[in-house]
Amino acid sequence: MVWQTIKRWYHMLGSPRYFYTFSSLVLPWLTPIALVTLLTGLVWGLGFAPSDYQQGNSYRIIFIHVPASSGALMGYMALGVAGLVAVVWRMKMAEVMLKAIAPFGAALAAISLVTGALWGKPTWGTYWQWDARMTSMLILLFMYVGVIALQNVIRDPRQAARAAGLLAMVGVINVIIVKYSVEWVQTLHQGSTLKLFGESTINPAMKYPLLISMLGLWLLYAVNVLMRARTEVMWRERRSKWVAKLVTRPEKGER
Amino acid sequence: MNPVRKQRLLLVLAVLVGLAIAVGLMFYALRQNINLFYTPQQVASGEAPLNTQMRVGGLVEAGSVVRNEETLDVSFDITDGKGSFTVHYQGILPDLFREGQGIVANGTLISRERFEAEEVLAKHDETYMPPEVQDALEKAGHPGAQKSSE
Repeated sequence: MVWQTIKRWYHMLGSPRYFYTFSSLVLPWLTPIALVTLLTGLVWGLGFAPSDYQQGNSYRIIFIHVPASSGALMGYMALGVAGLVAVVWRMKMAEVMLKAIAPFGAALAAISLVTGALWGKPTWGTYWQWDARMTSMLILLFMYVGVIALQNVIRDPRQAARAAGLLAMVGVINVIIVKYSVEWVQTLHQGSTLKLFGESTINPAMKYPLLISMLGLWLLYAVNVLMRARTEVMWRERRSKWVAKLVTRPEKGER
Repeated sequence: MNPVRKQRLLLVLAVLVGLAIAVGLMFYALRQNINLFYTPQQVASGEAPLNTQMRVGGLVEAGSVVRNEETLDVSFDITDGKGSFTVHYQGILPDLFREGQGIVANGTLISRERFEAEEVLAKHDETYMPPEVQDALEKAGHPGAQKSSE
């Protein structure tokens, strides 16, 4: 029963036209929720959370650094899944997603590197060290840029998606290295603040704003992916009747 | 599943698994190079090379920090519980440097007991709490209060 529902959803959202209608319904309420959540988390974290016993106020950059890093990693995992579906099942929407997910993720990876450097200087005493976490995060940024570049360099969009999809899948190995680098080898970077299993050692007064900022940024990422995917769907289906009809006589609710 | 897709899926999975194993082996072979620093244990056991540019990391031993009154010279012992040696440094230490703190030093190992540092970086862990909580933990003698290291 559940499997049937998932399968039906998969096929429905796999249709560009259905996806367009569906995203028209979702975006109007997902966008404000994402913005309000992110703003709440950031204002709470940057303005009201207590200062740290060791780092004072400089630790506050965590409320940008950790959400951005986690967003970049999760985005790349999603890119890998889209790549797998695009390469094996040749699904059109997966190709669209491959194109829609990459830019925001690349921006987040860059933000993560910059905020990390700015945080590192006052605490560790250096902007950059070639330790495993920082180096693998830099490679993640390059993987994102590679996926974007590969899509632009091949003219046929379907072929471009297959090449980029393969690169996206291969890059997932690097995501795993980024995640576990701080546990497997000696690094300057500390371990993960928020642990998937087991208790985090961050005080609850700091943990909740951090979790809210993370959720807000993930939702904003989803909004960005939906908007990019809509543009891409329109472009790819520009010769279809439904797009022509949408452009000339838009129905109520469809923008 | 349709046979063409099945074949593609198997091919993709084979490539990914092969690549993952290759990367894993590479990671394993280059383990010591990927590690940012040598631990005091590795220094004591002779694994760390003498007279080469390298990094060492460990905890600053309590009560071992000696500062020169007139110059910026400072020396302190670092340890990981399995080995210990003295680090000598001339310069400004990072704000987070304190006894019990984890540090990473870049420089050369003169002998198994002495390291000449050109750069000292402070590590910090993933424990974040307000100062009042830290004070309360310290007063209660909670072991968590000592965890400000590594």
